[in-house]
Amino acid sequence: MSGARPQRSFLRVVRRDTRASLGLIFLAVLAIAAVFAPWIAPHDPNAMDFWMMEEPSLAHPLGVDDLGRDLLSRIIHGAQVSLFVGLVTVGIALVLGVGMGIAAGYYRGWIDTVIMRYIDLQWAFPNILIAVYLVAVFGTGLTNVIVAITLAYLDDFARVARGMTLQVKEELYVQAARSYGASDLLIMVRHILPNIMAPIIVLATVSVSNAILAEAVLSFLGLGVSSDTPTWGLILSEARSFISRAWWLGVYPGLAIMLTVLSINFLGDALRDHLDVREGS
Amino acid sequence: MIEYFLKRLLGAALVMWAVATLVFFMLRILPGDPLAAMLFDAGDLGAVDELRIKFGLDQPLYVQYWRWFTLMLQGDMGASIYGSRVPVSQILAEAAPRTLSLALLSFFVAILIAIPAGLISALRRGRPIDHGVTFIAFLGLSMPDFWLAILLILLFAVNLGWFPAIGYVPMSEGFWPWLSHLIMPAIAAGTAFSAIIARMVRSSMLEVLKTDYVRVAYAKGLSPRDVVMRHAFPNALIPVITVTGIAFGLLMASTVVVETVFAIKGLGRILIEGILNRDYPVVQGAILAVSGIFVFVNLAVDLLYGVIDPRIRVQG
Repeated sequence: MSGARPQRSFLRVVRRDTRASLGLIFLAVLAIAAVFAPWIAPHDPNAMDFWMMEEPSLAHPLGVDDLGRDLLSRIIHGAQVSLFVGLVTVGIALVLGVGMGIAAGYYRGWIDTVIMRYIDLQWAFPNILIAVYLVAVFGTGLTNVIVAITLAYLDDFARVARGMTLQVKEELYVQAARSYGASDLLIMVRHILPNIMAPIIVLATVSVSNAILAEAVLSFLGLGVSSDTPTWGLILSEARSFISRAWWLGVYPGLAIMLTVLSINFLGDALRDHLDVREGS
Repeated sequence: MIEYFLKRLLGAALVMWAVATLVFFMLRILPGDPLAAMLFDAGDLGAVDELRIKFGLDQPLYVQYWRWFTLMLQGDMGASIYGSRVPVSQILAEAAPRTLSLALLSFFVAILIAIPAGLISALRRGRPIDHGVTFIAFLGLSMPDFWLAILLILLFAVNLGWFPAIGYVPMSEGFWPWLSHLIMPAIAAGTAFSAIIARMVRSSMLEVLKTDYVRVAYAKGLSPRDVVMRHAFPNALIPVITVTGIAFGLLMASTVVVETVFAIKGLGRILIEGILNRDYPVVQGAILAVSGIFVFVNLAVDLLYGVIDPRIRVQG
């Protein structure tokens, strides 16, 4: 599997797959909206107005919240936090987890034992609960939320990378590399890593959507980034007391979360088919 | 068989010990003095040293750990640092039945919907009803549980007025009051779980319907009803049970979140409120209680496999 060709054909796969192309379009629009939020959002997300809980209208397409803030602008700004946390946490978890997994599978011995004990301990609990536990210990705030979600998803990458490494290690090309005297590091980075990436890419895609959900849950529970940054979870949490008078406050932020998660999962499905990764253990 | 049971039991005990120990040390290593927080209201910081000695916080960490650990084994997990200092064990004992009845109701509602849906979907493969089930399952998997909870409140409490929007009533005050308060939380917590099970039933059934023994059963003239219910379905259930065990964790995690939306003071709500109030004894106790449920469920599922599938206990 070499670099350029699969990528080009992946775009072709997406184009043929209606759900995946819709997902890609939605995510692209969302990403642009998030990056250029200050210019794209129609209003200041924190600017209050005397006209509170106004129904959706031309001036406020998704309505106004209990403090007179424009809901659409808040959702657009919320996308920044969601996408940022989702990508950063999974990025770090991928690098650290894959590193741990390859080391465990390659060296075996006590490194493997220690890492496997850690993986088994986390495996006993769902990731979202691990994130809540860690926030309980570290406290709230952007950095702590990122650390908590990263650690919650780390073990998944370590587990998959370890399993794949155990398989790949026995392949002829690894034996050959060892026979001409390649160092352990070179073997792991140049020979093992590229050959275990397919399932890891698929796992990473799913994990981004799960991490976005985890961030939303933490914010919703009041354990999130901060109480003055509009995030999707926080907007929903604040809306809870007012939904009987303003349904749009309860509907649209959740719709944003769902469409994002759905789009990422559609892309993930297409990736899985394309890379021919079997969903297993 | 006994060896397998004991091994699993020991494993579960080790996980609980690891969680308890990790929580103990992590909460103490991190900055922030629980005593200072406790006396903040009283405004008397001079009393801190006195209390430090009284609670043994001047002792080395391993002494504190041993003291804490032995007390905990006796069921003494300290007391809430607020108000009338209610013992943590009492708080947990009041919260646990709420969480358990929510989780169990959720589980049964989810299974009751998922199995027929998956079965019909497999038997009517490619028909509109199959597409419908697949679509709804997909939607159910993609909806954040706390948002689904809000939508349910909007529809059934605010607009239709069928169920109360929030709160919990114990079953001792009547079945209907209990059920009417718990049915929306149960649906919100169980939908994703239900979707997973329905998908699993469908794919497992499709797999089994292709096998030779099903073809033989048809060939010897059994009615389709008998073939499905006596030959195909029981065999299709084995992988479903495996997935049920794994997905049950998801349902419990949802329960923790959904309790907040419906203001049910169960273990999840206790945990979250403890974190928000920095009430460390309560946080510790709630983490242990929630983890205990998970470890127990995992253990039960492991043992169940051992009973269903003898190969597992041999590899053990």
